[in-house]
Amino acid sequence: MADLPKGWLTAEESKEKRQTDIGPPHFEQFLPPVIKKNYGDWKHHERLDAGTMVHEANSGDKVFTVRVASPRILSTITIYEMLDIADKYCDGYIRFTTRNNVEFMTPDEGKVKPLKKELKDKGFTIGGIGPRISNVVHTQGWVHCHGACTDASGLVKAMMDEFYEYFTEKELPAKVRLAVACCVNMCGAVHCSDLAVVAVHRKVPSINHEAVKNICEIPTTIGSCPTRAISPDPAKKSVKIKDEKCMYCGNCFTVCPPIDIHRPDEDGVAIVVGGKIGSARTGPKFSKLAIPFIYNNPPRWPEVIEALKNILDTYAKGARKHERMGEWIERIGWERFFSLTGIEFTYQHIDDFTFMRDTLRTSAAFKM
Amino acid sequence: MGKKYDTPLLDELEKGPWPSFVTEIKKSATHSNMANDELGLVEKSYRDKRGYWKHGGIVGVLGYGGGVIGRYSALPDEFPGVAHFHTVRINQPSGFFYTTKALREICNIWDKYGSGLTNVHGSTGDLVLLGTTTEALEPIFAEYSSRGWDLGGSGSAMRTPSCCIGAARCEWSNIDAMGICNEMTQRFQDEMHRPAYPYKFKIKVAGCACDCVAAIARSDCSIIGTWKGDIAIDQAAVKDYAGKGMDINAEIVEMCPTSCMSYDGKELSIDNGECSRCMHCITKMTKALKTTGEKGITILIGSKAPIVVGSLLSWVVVPFMKIEPPYDDLYEMISKIIEWWDDNAKPRERIGELIEVKGMRPFLEAIGVPPSPAQVFEPRKDPFFFWSDDDFKK
Repeated sequence: MADLPKGWLTAEESKEKRQTDIGPPHFEQFLPPVIKKNYGDWKHHERLDAGTMVHEANSGDKVFTVRVASPRILSTITIYEMLDIADKYCDGYIRFTTRNNVEFMTPDEGKVKPLKKELKDKGFTIGGIGPRISNVVHTQGWVHCHGACTDASGLVKAMMDEFYEYFTEKELPAKVRLAVACCVNMCGAVHCSDLAVVAVHRKVPSINHEAVKNICEIPTTIGSCPTRAISPDPAKKSVKIKDEKCMYCGNCFTVCPPIDIHRPDEDGVAIVVGGKIGSARTGPKFSKLAIPFIYNNPPRWPEVIEALKNILDTYAKGARKHERMGEWIERIGWERFFSLTGIEFTYQHIDDFTFMRDTLRTSAAFKM
Repeated sequence: MGKKYDTPLLDELEKGPWPSFVTEIKKSATHSNMANDELGLVEKSYRDKRGYWKHGGIVGVLGYGGGVIGRYSALPDEFPGVAHFHTVRINQPSGFFYTTKALREICNIWDKYGSGLTNVHGSTGDLVLLGTTTEALEPIFAEYSSRGWDLGGSGSAMRTPSCCIGAARCEWSNIDAMGICNEMTQRFQDEMHRPAYPYKFKIKVAGCACDCVAAIARSDCSIIGTWKGDIAIDQAAVKDYAGKGMDINAEIVEMCPTSCMSYDGKELSIDNGECSRCMHCITKMTKALKTTGEKGITILIGSKAPIVVGSLLSWVVVPFMKIEPPYDDLYEMISKIIEWWDDNAKPRERIGELIEVKGMRPFLEAIGVPPSPAQVFEPRKDPFFFWSDDDFKK
């Protein structure tokens, strides 16, 4: 047997040490003392600036939180830098948010200013609280996924360079939640975000019949198709695809890799708008199609950034205070959204899948 | 470790003020050959506009069917450092709090066995370790599990439950979201680690209808905290908001979806019986308004992303349930829900899609929940409906 890399546990040691089904450690041991003491007994909070807030407990205790951006892909080296800062100012505690921001907390108001100074000096970006753009929920992309038809991290980087001041400072009518999904699997909340990018294929996949025969389970492959475009091809011991039924979702590729959906020169992204998760004022909403397709143009996707900026600027100009993207569009009407943004309305915008009945206009009242 | 590849396209993504993932990969590449080859591979993707990863193979740790996602490069000869580049999902502590000691230890172990690259956190909530080899999996698992960490879910299994910060640091939370999340995670360990479901099943817990964990959009079982009592009003604080420039009529009263509020320039009043508990006024006037009375949860079922038959948002199934630690009633309800799904679903059919096929009645009967107007926006429109023998006995 080859020598193990330095410091690795041996097979025997691993066998001896391993434990199963213990679940995650209980969170209580990771709570800063002020959080533990006032757990479930908070009175209110106040936003002090774009990246700082203070929570006050009924006991009179306070905890100050400074929020910092993260690219989500973090090297251990950067994490160590964060931990050193947390040791210095936050008594050795750190937290992450559901949108992958990093939170530094301290009960000591005097530490807030030096903490923020050190974060800034070390190149961290403070912000993301309040009616602004917070961190972008996104997927793995070309960095680590087999199904990706764009790169999520690169798009996010280009987007947030453009919208940087909406994270660090400038306010919008309400919060705007961005997301990027590198395929329609959407391992992120693209389908309910204010403004989001989802990568799409546009061509019927090609089939390597020889490989399908050897690798794929035929019934599963047929069952994977949402539009029933796939049927058996007994002569080839494979499957065939009815071209006119295929909507290029790629689910067949996921269950049967020899059905290749990738067309690098014809793949790209769609932009969707108006989704929301919370129930405040109006209920949670799906994002809806704004732009059906823009070609992939790495490394910075300038056409996508331009399109997103146009939509965000139009919203910022037209929405009322507290009105989310989707609420603004519902108030003015989608026909007005398209005229204000100058986005072309196409056949692709009209649903011919599961939401057709809900979305066709059954009224003679609409804006011209 | 020295520079191995020229990366002119990725270098463009180190420009600009937002933190760069390319910088992160380069940082790890200073000590990891895997990260170095990852950099070369991703540069090639940027040049060719396509990914170079193969489907996940079946790799894992002994006795588990999930928690590790096999990942192999399609170009192992060109980039041998990423020939294996598996993902390890470490189940996060509920609420994402860490001591620096614990997180430093996690990173130290990862530096020893993997690329040094992470996602903190992945979309479902796990602390994701990106890039290691098959032979490292058993020692990695032994290192982490012996220090109290376990793997999260993957595949057709209970996925790692996740939650908002809840009562730990939020005055709006009606429930102990972190406590419920941790308890459900512990109770479903077997279902998380040994995939035996028709497809994935996700649980997310949000303390209120603001839903900072996107439970209603991203979990088959969405647990959202709510309350039954009145909203208590601190009139002095209302006056303070008005004094600081808030237009209470425009920003609060007129934005109330049920028009149950009024303001006469001095006092705010709420017709609590008509409140739908949407959270708008409470979040905008957090110093003036507080929920009171009985707290509990609403259980909503069904949400998912587009695959397979389109996106779904969760819908109300249990309008209100009072819960207390150790949450036996909640665990039993979720178990009944899963049992019905498991008995009836085809492979790769999520529970929301199954209910669309079967209808709400068989589902509600199976889990013992009566029909309620809270479950629908409006009743049926067409006069086509089923009657069962039970209806005639009544």
